[in-house]
Amino acid sequence: MPDLHGYGPSLLQGAWMTVNVGLAAMLVAVILGLLGAWGKASSKPLIRFAADAYTTVIRGVPELILLLLIYYGVPTLIQDAAQAAGYTLRVHLNPFLAGVITIGFIYGAFATEVFRGAFNAVPEGQRAAARAAGMSQSLAWRRVILPQALRIALPGLGNVWMVLIKATALVSLIQLEEVMRKAKIAANATHQPFTFYLLASLMFLAITVVSVVVQHRAERWANRGHAAGRGGGN
Amino acid sequence: MDIEVVWAHWGRLMDGAGVTVQLTVVSLAIGLLVAVVLAAMRVSRHVLLRWPAYAYIFYFRGTPLLVQLFLVYYGSGQFRTELEGVVIWRYLNAAGDQVQITLWHYFRDAWFCAVLTLMLNTSAYTAEILRGALQSVARGQIEAARAAGMSRILLARRVLLPQACRIALPMYGNEVVFLLQATSLVSTITILDLTGTARRIIASTFAVYEIYIAVAVFYLLLSYGLIVLFRGLERRWSHHRVG
Repeated sequence: MPDLHGYGPSLLQGAWMTVNVGLAAMLVAVILGLLGAWGKASSKPLIRFAADAYTTVIRGVPELILLLLIYYGVPTLIQDAAQAAGYTLRVHLNPFLAGVITIGFIYGAFATEVFRGAFNAVPEGQRAAARAAGMSQSLAWRRVILPQALRIALPGLGNVWMVLIKATALVSLIQLEEVMRKAKIAANATHQPFTFYLLASLMFLAITVVSVVVQHRAERWANRGHAAGRGGGN
Repeated sequence: MDIEVVWAHWGRLMDGAGVTVQLTVVSLAIGLLVAVVLAAMRVSRHVLLRWPAYAYIFYFRGTPLLVQLFLVYYGSGQFRTELEGVVIWRYLNAAGDQVQITLWHYFRDAWFCAVLTLMLNTSAYTAEILRGALQSVARGQIEAARAAGMSRILLARRVLLPQACRIALPMYGNEVVFLLQATSLVSTITILDLTGTARRIIASTFAVYEIYIAVAVFYLLLSYGLIVLFRGLERRWSHHRVG
C-alpha cells in the first residue's frame, strides 16, 4: 500500500462528489430524454425540428467544448446582454450546477434516442387496448405505455450512465472538488502524480463495477413476470 | 455577438483543426492494429492470452480518458529516473558529442503522451467491437469452411474477417466519431489542437462564446463528415445485400 500522506479521505470525499454529480446529471438526462423522445414523436414540425436539432448538435460537439461554453460562455453572454441594455452584472455559475446542467444536457440527447426506441417498441395494440378500456390519453401513458417503455429502456439507460459517470471527470476542469480534482491537488502536493491518478482511476472502476451489479439487479426486477429468454433479451 | 474575432483568428483555428485531425488519424491507425491483436487474444482459448486482454479492455473502458491522459503525461514524471535509465538510441551531434535519447524524452513530450493514451483507449473499445463482430459470424459458416477443407488462416481470411469487418463497420464508425471528439481533451496537456487553440485565443480576446461556438461548428462539420463517410462505406460493403 503506497503512502497517501493523509490524502486518502480527501480522495474518498471527491469520489462521493463524483457520484453526486453523476446522479444529479443522470436525473437531468432522463427528464430531457423523455422530453426529447416526446418531441421527436410530436406531430408539430417545430417541436420535432427542435428535438432533432438537439440530438444532432450534441452528438457532433465534444463534451469539453459544451462544458466550457456553458460554464464560461453563458455568464459572459448574459453580462454582454445586460450591458447592451444598460446594466452592469457579474454572473458566476456554481461549478456543481454548471457540471450537472452540462453533463445532463449532453446525455439527455443520448437518453432521447434510448427512450425513442423504447416507446417505439411498445406494441401499438397496447395503446389501442388502453383506449378501448376507456383510459384517457394521459392515464394510458402513465399506466400502460411508460411502465413498459421503461423496462425496455433500462439496458440503454444503463449504458448512458456508464458513459456519463466517466464524463463527470471533466467537471474537475472547472474546479469542482470531485475525485479528479482531489487527485490533482494530492498529486501536486506530494509529487506522486502516478499514485494519485491511478487511485482516482480505480475509484471510477469501482463505481463502474457497482453500477454493473445494480443494473443487472434492476433489469431482473423490471423483467419479473416476463418469460425467461423473451423479456430479458431487449 | 462579434463574428469578426472568428475571422481574425481563422488561420490559427484551421491549424488547430489540422492538429485535431492528425491526432485522430494517427491514434486510430495504431489503435486499430493493437485492437486486432487484443481481439484475437480475447477470443483465444488460452487463459494466459485471454485474461490480460480482458483486464486491459476492462481498465481502459472503465476509467475516464482524462484520468488516463493525466496518468500517462503527469504520472510518468514520478518515474523520471527510471525512464531516464532506458536508452532508446544514441547518436553523435555536429560537435561530435554523444547524445542519448531515453524513454523520458518521449514521456515528457505532450504529443507522444497524447497519441499513446488515445491509441491505448481506442484500441480497448475497438477490440470489444471486433470481438462482438467475430462472435456474431454464424457458426454454420465456420463449420462449412472447415468441412470444405480450408486451413485456419484461409478460413480467417476468406470467411471470418470479411463478414466480421462488415458487421463491425457501423460500430467502428461511432468509435471514430467518439475519438475525434475525445481528442479535445489533449488541450489539457498543453497541446494546441482545435480546443487548445480556442482556449488560447479566448485568453487574449475574451470572446468566450463567439470562439467556442465557432469551434463547436468545426467539430460538428468534422463529425458529420465522418458519419457520411462511414455511411458510404457501409453501403459499399453491403452491396451484395438486397434492399
